[in-house]
Parts: sequence; C-alpha cells; structure tokens
Amino acid sequence: MTTPLVEVENAQLHYRVGSAVSAMMGLPSVVKAVDGISFSLNKGESVGLLGESGCGKTSMGRLLVRLENVTGGSARFDGAEISQLKGRALRTFRSRSQMIFQNPFDAVNPRYTLAKTMAEPLANAGIPKSEWRDRIIKALELVRLADPEQYLDRFPHQLSGGQLQRVVMARALILEPDFVVADEPVSMLDVSVRAGVLNVFREVRDKLGLTAIYISHDLALVRYVCERTIVMYLGRIMEDGPTEAIVREPLHPYTQALVAAVPTPNADQSHEPLPIGRGAPDPRNPPSGCVFRDRCPKAFDRCAAEVPASKKVGTRHVACHLFDEAG
Amino acid sequence: MLETTVPEGPVIRIFRAMKLPVGDNFAMAGLIIYVIFALTAIFAPVLAPYEPTEILYTVDYDLASDLLPGQEGHILGTTSLGRDIFSQIVFGARAALLVGLTAAFMVAFIGTIVGLISGYYGGWVDTILMRLADVAFGIPFLPFVIVISAFLEPSIWNTVIAMALVLWRDTARVIRSQVLTLRSRGYVEAARVSGSSDFKIILRHIAPNIVPLSLLYGSIAIGWAILTEASISFLGFGDPNSISWGFMLQDAFASQALSRQAYHWFIPPGLAIIFVVSAGFFISRGYENLLFPKLGR
Repeated sequence: MTTPLVEVENAQLHYRVGSAVSAMMGLPSVVKAVDGISFSLNKGESVGLLGESGCGKTSMGRLLVRLENVTGGSARFDGAEISQLKGRALRTFRSRSQMIFQNPFDAVNPRYTLAKTMAEPLANAGIPKSEWRDRIIKALELVRLADPEQYLDRFPHQLSGGQLQRVVMARALILEPDFVVADEPVSMLDVSVRAGVLNVFREVRDKLGLTAIYISHDLALVRYVCERTIVMYLGRIMEDGPTEAIVREPLHPYTQALVAAVPTPNADQSHEPLPIGRGAPDPRNPPSGCVFRDRCPKAFDRCAAEVPASKKVGTRHVACHLFDEAG
Repeated sequence: MLETTVPEGPVIRIFRAMKLPVGDNFAMAGLIIYVIFALTAIFAPVLAPYEPTEILYTVDYDLASDLLPGQEGHILGTTSLGRDIFSQIVFGARAALLVGLTAAFMVAFIGTIVGLISGYYGGWVDTILMRLADVAFGIPFLPFVIVISAFLEPSIWNTVIAMALVLWRDTARVIRSQVLTLRSRGYVEAARVSGSSDFKIILRHIAPNIVPLSLLYGSIAIGWAILTEASISFLGFGDPNSISWGFMLQDAFASQALSRQAYHWFIPPGLAIIFVVSAGFFISRGYENLLFPKLGR
C-alpha cells in the first residue's frame, strides 16, 4: 500500500476575531474556519471539496499550500508537516505544491508581462535563465494557448479571462508539481469558456499524473472533474466518497439538500428543493453537536448533544447520527 | 486604482512612478517655482554679488549698513551689519534646499520602510512599530525639534534629524494601510505559493505600488522642513554658521528692522519662504489628484 501524498488529521484553522474586551464579555471570539478535518489523498487522486460559501473549503485549500498554518491537528505533505517546513525543504515544497487561484485578473501582477509572471516560479526554483523561454512556452502549450509566443510580452489586461486563467494554470504547472489546489478556477469566467478551461484542467491533470484538490460550490463542476468528493459544512466534513455515489444517492441530509438544489434544464421536471431553510448560522457561534442540526429536516435529540463521528457507510464516510450503528 | 496605469518597460516605469503632475496648473506653478529655487541654490556663488556674511564698506570706507535697495549697487540693500541682503537670499535658498531635500528624503525613506515592514509582516512587529508611530504622533513637533537642536548642537543636520524623527509617522501610517490591502492581493499570494521570498515580494510586487505615495509624502515634507528650519532659526536655535531665510528674519527682528520699517530686509526672505513652501503644497496637491483621481477637484 502506498503512503498518501497529502494527509490531513483533525486539522484546525481558527481565526481570532473581535477584541479582548468582547472576549471578556463572553462574546464568541473565534471563527473555526476549519474544525477537525481529516482526509488523505493518494498520489494521482483528485478530490472535489464541495460546500457553500463560508464553509471553510478555501481555508482548507490554503492550509495545503501553506498560505495559512494549522492552529491545531496536522496537515502533512509527503510525510512532512507543512507548517513546519523550513529552508530547503520549504523550497522543494513550494515547487511541488501549487495553487490555481479563483480570480485570474487578480492572480497576476498587472505591471508584469506574462513572461515575467511565468518566470517567477522558475527563478525561485533556481532554473537557469537559458531554459526559461522554452519552459514558459512549453507550459503555455500544455494549457492549450494557441501560438504561445505572442503572449510573452503582453500585459494581463490585454488577455481575456479564459486566456488569463490558462496562464495562471500554466504558471502553477510550470515546475511540474505533484499537487495542485484549484480554488474555484472557473467561477470568475463566462460560462462559455468554462468548459474549455475545465477540459484543460482535466487533461493536464491526467497527463502529469497530478494529485489535485478542486474546490467548488458547484456540484456539477465537481462531478465533471473529480471521482471523489468531500462535502464540507461549517468547517467540518459531512460526507466523503465517490462522486457518482454521492450524486446518485446522497446519504447526509446536507448532501441531499445540495443535490436537490442543482438546477435542471428541464423546467417541467418537478423540482423540489429540500427544506433546509435560511442561510448558514453565524460561524462564530455554530450550533452544539452537529453543526448542521439547526437546518436539518431530520434532526433529533442526539444531534444537539453529540458531535457525530465519521462513519463508514459502504464506500463512503458520513458524519451523521442517522447512520449510527443501531444499539 | 494604482494598477490601472500601464507600464511598458523598466525606464518608463520609473518615469511613470515619478510622473510629475503635469496638466494641473497649480502643480505646474509649483514645479516652476521649484526649478527656479533649485537653480538659485545650485548657482548661488555665481548669482550672489557678495559673500552672504561678508561685512561690506562703502567707497568712503564707511560701514555699508542699512543701505536701501539700489544704493551703492545693492539690489535689496544691506543689513545693519553691512551685509548684502540679496546675496543672503540667494544663499538662503541653498540652506532651504539642503534641509528640504534631506528631511524629505529621510521622512519618505524611513516612513516607507517602516510602513512596508509593519504592513507586510503584521503581528508583533506591526504592533511595536505602530506604537512607536503613536509615540511620534504624541510628540509636539516644534518643541521637540528645538529641544533636539539645542540638546545636540545647533546645526542644520540636527534640525533635519529631529524632523525625520517625528515626521516619518504620517508616511509610515499611510503606507502601512496601503500595504495591508496589497498584501492580500491574489498576485502577492500567488508569488508566495510560487516560492518567492518575503523580501522579493515586498520589493517586486508591493513597493512599486507605493512609490507615488512615498513621493507625495516626501513632497509634503519638503515644505514642512523648510518652514520648520525657518521657525527654528527665527527663534534663534538655528545653525549660526549658515545663512538661511529664517536666520535673516531673526537677524532683522533682532535689529529692529520692523520698527525702522526696513521692509527691504524682512519682506524678501518672508516671500521666499512663502513661495517655496506653497510650491511644495501645490505639487503634493497635484500628486494627490494623480493618486486619488476620484477626489475630482
């Protein structure tokens, strides 16, 4: 059995908010963006992190590329604790683990030509200057930008969103990393160019054998890209399993609501969203026990008393008291 | 907002960052005054007919004191000690330029560095630097400069240092807040993920965006510094060996030029100070329009 490339164990990312005074007054002063998440990724596996805004999926992704450090638990990359990396090990990690950002217009320096933007990781990795041009062009070809030479001296504002997102992707892939976190890479793009960018992402991932995390709030996109899906809610994992199984037969009430909420192109088809009511609760003050219980149509006494542990149900893991072993 | 300007190359980018606020009439007037002022300072020995401290005598070997403008060929007359006022004005520009530029440079430099470090690193570094800035905000400016100048020895450099010790606070605060917003920009995070060091990120991705702000605060500091040096000299804590406009006013005041209505003595240095200081403010106003076009003046 191979050791997993990415291992997350009971990871926590808690932000302090508010002042010392409000803390003394007993007001909640900690936001638990990530609160006890565990999963692992084998080499070459790609998983979708699914959840509504504010559920901590982006924070989870940022932990894995060390834009944030865990405040508890552990997140390991290739056996080493990510937050503890230093010196040479950190430099190696930076070239092996990359992120594709949500907003391509913000992810490149507007004052830099694309060649300069693309060269930054190469310079940091100590690649000799003579190889830069070839590698940049190779990376741009990889993301299917036609005639890449013409882009080298252009500035970001001269490109369309789709082109720019491919550049961002090419930059993330230029050092041939092992692991990529894609944070809603198509959410800022026109629907018409999404498919193109998604296809490139899938293609490149398969070609390079990447281990990938695809963060999204859109079940349809995750289904298109990943075989496995992790459903998050308020910093915790609700359900974790093969995407097809989750889409066809969601087990957790929250997943059921998510699946039911996916719009269908057929207007006549009956379309009953599950009644999970109002928006997510204040993350500073989540409900006791199961964090989803105040919106859950199937909640019962035990949900308020006890945090549901993750249980194996068939091919999946579900954190819900409905699936507790009887007795 | 700053990012909307489109650079083409390294040289042009520097020019763009320094972009002088042409097109704004006030700023242009300020620039012209500055140019005249700088040329005067640089060519002072050529322009001034006499040494500013030289005691002059008339052709009859009398002390050439209190001459009116035009008498004996003295354009602005002479002081009670027989010194040429016009030459003093010309050499006063030197002192003003020296003080203005060094103080502005130190203020912009210290303030920018502190603002960058404080904003970028945050945490306890930020806390310490910003509490220091609070202390600097609490110091009464003029008394502090007087105390420092008197405590060390009265010289132009001590005045400059005293000013730099207080005035960095405004620049640091403003630049810190700008850095705070830049720090969370996508391309800064992207640079970090791609392995760029903090130093490289600050230098390449953050600093270029705050250069115009540093220049704005530098140009404001020029006016402040000249005005302060004049005040210090007028109060008698200035450098006794250098002729500045403030020193001239003090000299005139001590010699009772006011009651003797020797306008030719104290009006020229006063006007010189007014012109140069307002020129500084006109230019900074132009920079402000450049930086914050939405002010819409």
